[in-house]
Amino acid sequence: MGRYEIRLGGLGGQGIILAGVVIGRAAAVYAGMNAVMGQSYGPEARGGASRSEVIISDEEIDYPRTLEPDLLAVMSQAAYEKYIGDLKPGGILVIDPDLVKVDDRAKKASKIYAVPATRIAESLGRRIVANMVLVGALTAITKLVPKEAMENSVKASVPPGTEALNLRAFNTGYEYGLRLLKEGEVEVKA
Amino acid sequence: MTTVVVEKLDVFKTHPLGKYLRRGMIPHIWCTGCGYGILMGEFLRAIDELGLDPDKIVIVSGIGCISRIPGYLNLDGLHVTHGRAIAVATGVKLANPDLHVVVFGGDGDLFAIGGNHFIHAARRNIEMTVICGNNFNYGMTGGQVAPTTPLQGRTTTSPYGNLENPFNLVYLAAAAGATYVARWTAIHVKWLRESIKKALMKKGFSFIEYISPCPEYYGRRNRMRDPLDWMRWFKEKSVIMNGIDPAKAELSMDRIVVGEFVDYERPGYVELLKQLERRVQESLKKRGIRTHARL
Amino acid sequence: MSEERRDVLTGTYFVIGDVAAAEGAIAAGCRFFAGYPITPSSELAEHMAVRLPEVGGVYIQMEDELGSMAALVGASYAGAKPMTATSGPGFSLMQENIGLAAMLEAPVVVVNVMRGGPSTGQPTKPGQQDVMQAKWGSHGDYEIIALAPSTVQECFDFTIEAFNYAEQYRTPVIVLMDEILGHTREKLVIPEPDQIRVVNRKRPKVPPEEYKPFEPEEDLVPPMAILGEGYRFYATGLTHNEQGFPRTDDPYEQEKLVRRLCDKIRRNKEKIVRVEEYMLEDADVAVIAFGSVARAAKAAVKLARKKGIRAGLLRLKTIWPFPEHIIERLAESVKSFVVAELNYGQIVREVERRVDYRRITFLPKFGEALHTPHEILEGIVRSVRGGKP
Repeated sequence: MGRYEIRLGGLGGQGIILAGVVIGRAAAVYAGMNAVMGQSYGPEARGGASRSEVIISDEEIDYPRTLEPDLLAVMSQAAYEKYIGDLKPGGILVIDPDLVKVDDRAKKASKIYAVPATRIAESLGRRIVANMVLVGALTAITKLVPKEAMENSVKASVPPGTEALNLRAFNTGYEYGLRLLKEGEVEVKA
Repeated sequence: MTTVVVEKLDVFKTHPLGKYLRRGMIPHIWCTGCGYGILMGEFLRAIDELGLDPDKIVIVSGIGCISRIPGYLNLDGLHVTHGRAIAVATGVKLANPDLHVVVFGGDGDLFAIGGNHFIHAARRNIEMTVICGNNFNYGMTGGQVAPTTPLQGRTTTSPYGNLENPFNLVYLAAAAGATYVARWTAIHVKWLRESIKKALMKKGFSFIEYISPCPEYYGRRNRMRDPLDWMRWFKEKSVIMNGIDPAKAELSMDRIVVGEFVDYERPGYVELLKQLERRVQESLKKRGIRTHARL
Repeated sequence: MSEERRDVLTGTYFVIGDVAAAEGAIAAGCRFFAGYPITPSSELAEHMAVRLPEVGGVYIQMEDELGSMAALVGASYAGAKPMTATSGPGFSLMQENIGLAAMLEAPVVVVNVMRGGPSTGQPTKPGQQDVMQAKWGSHGDYEIIALAPSTVQECFDFTIEAFNYAEQYRTPVIVLMDEILGHTREKLVIPEPDQIRVVNRKRPKVPPEEYKPFEPEEDLVPPMAILGEGYRFYATGLTHNEQGFPRTDDPYEQEKLVRRLCDKIRRNKEKIVRVEEYMLEDADVAVIAFGSVARAAKAAVKLARKKGIRAGLLRLKTIWPFPEHIIERLAESVKSFVVAELNYGQIVREVERRVDYRRITFLPKFGEALHTPHEILEGIVRSVRGGKP
């Protein structure tokens, strides 16, 4: 496996940064791969938009920024609008269908997956773990990083005392992702 | 014919304070009538009477006439950048709390360019002694106006009289949080020595303002060219008022209030730092972890 | 667990460069940090504030960067291995006492996580605009050593190396990071303590009465006594003789001192300089870059090779002293150079001192982001075509 670029976009408070940390840490620390993660800082980070990007590779990672994400996961319409143009043609698009409506531009993706992460998190009792639902789904969809590595990373990355809840969210997302793989992707409605 | 060999008088051996002076650095550069020699002498008597281990005293100074003191003393000494002596001394004290750290500085050094370091060291109550030689002007650079120059005082850069209100240094030190504050003039030698002893033993930030004659520069432009003019001024106008509110400790041509103005206890910075370190390390032990950091 | 060392946290982590540099410092023996918060270096200070009390060290947030740097000099003379971290505006304020540290030969380490300037500039964006300031920032003649990591791992490794250089040569050492490195998370492997080389300053071998604080040994570096040990020495920022006594009117002492302060670094240049040479053996064009930019440059070199262009990379791991001897050697084998940096021309000037400017394609970049590999590739293509687009 060569260089694989992931960009996550959403709103402040959705845990977009932590989602990136979990993926990167899983790859770098628990799966013996390399990972680089960047995030939006400063006024940008405090305002509405939030973004993190993770590059994973089993080789040395030279350029530390995403150029054309292989996977774009968005949890806000604004993030979709801002980043859909960057998605690599033939890449994967993951959306929270309750928060994002796609248009023609999404057709450049080879696959589009709808993960209602926020709704699933609410069903688990805590909306705040939507990010871990998303991470779980991405783990199933991309098969980049082994599930155990991701679980270890969740445990190491979330606030102490919240490990069980976050792991439940992760696993629910993971199961959802597996089902999506079987059932196929969503249709793009222009 | 016999030759009589007369041994050269070695003041470093014969003078009771000679052992504290650094060979090769004497004579000093101070002008005739300067008050810094008196201060240096009293400082040495103070450490001698206290019986402090000279190896454990570090003198730090910035730039100015008084800042030459660490050069003359056979103690560890750092002569650093203008205004930064207290910041350097902070590093020394925190890196080795066993040392007695003393800063000598002029009024310009400590309260103009170095004013920020002074107030923050006092606020933190870092265990050090700061002695300010106040001679009302910048002597080393030829007599320019200082933050202590009296209103209307004439200097090379206030040739028509000083427009700026001077700092009351003891009031400033007290307000910033110093736990020992005193002021003496060059004629209060015995009080000065006792005061230095107290300051050196204080477990906190101690400050002494020493009013020094500067006949050569400040005196020249303000009708005090003769060193004795200064001593007369000190003798006639100074009044000892221990314990007075430092806000009321006047310093003017008409009246010099001297004495100890502040002397109380609150935990020093090093002490608090040691407590914090213990607390942090006990917590690591108790929780069986290597670090509190989330890595 | 209790057997494990708290100072060297052996293990694998996913952390930002600021944190890696802090851990490197602690692993190198740093037990004193004085600083002032400034983006994008604040995370380094914050990490030190958590970590230093755990290992018996001191963290103090000073009133400004003037005081921070001054405190480092004091702590260094009191025997600590001190560090501070800052960015452009704070680095400017530190110059005064970086000069003091150079003059007093106090081992200190300054991490400058560079952002865009001048003045307040771009607090959250990367820059490489402080290259010249790192060398020439304080007044007078002196030399310093500056290292430039390119990865989070190197933020750790090079900070250790910075302390080792500082202690070995009794000089301020600057670690020139940039905002991207400071804020990018990446894998960090902290080795076992016995795998980490730690250098400590030379100590006096003579009794106090024979000790001269600035009397150099053969390597031009004087052994260093520590305050409170009984050496009762005097160190002044004035021009001084070997005894440490002021000799401000003596041209001989001034020349002797200034020459030694500079030569102890200059003469050891070949021992200090570190570079990475990537695909340069058969290269027609050499890209010169450092820090984050070097990673874009490496990607560009790979792209160029795919296109059949014989490109290579000279990555500067040390910036000062400048590796001019390596550039000179390279100038014999390559036809042209590309210099890419996040500024409007600093490293390129040093290259121009050794290489005809007509052989150099300069790729400046201003704020916001790194060069993309394609931007550098374009420069490589232009360079092999003799400067024509």
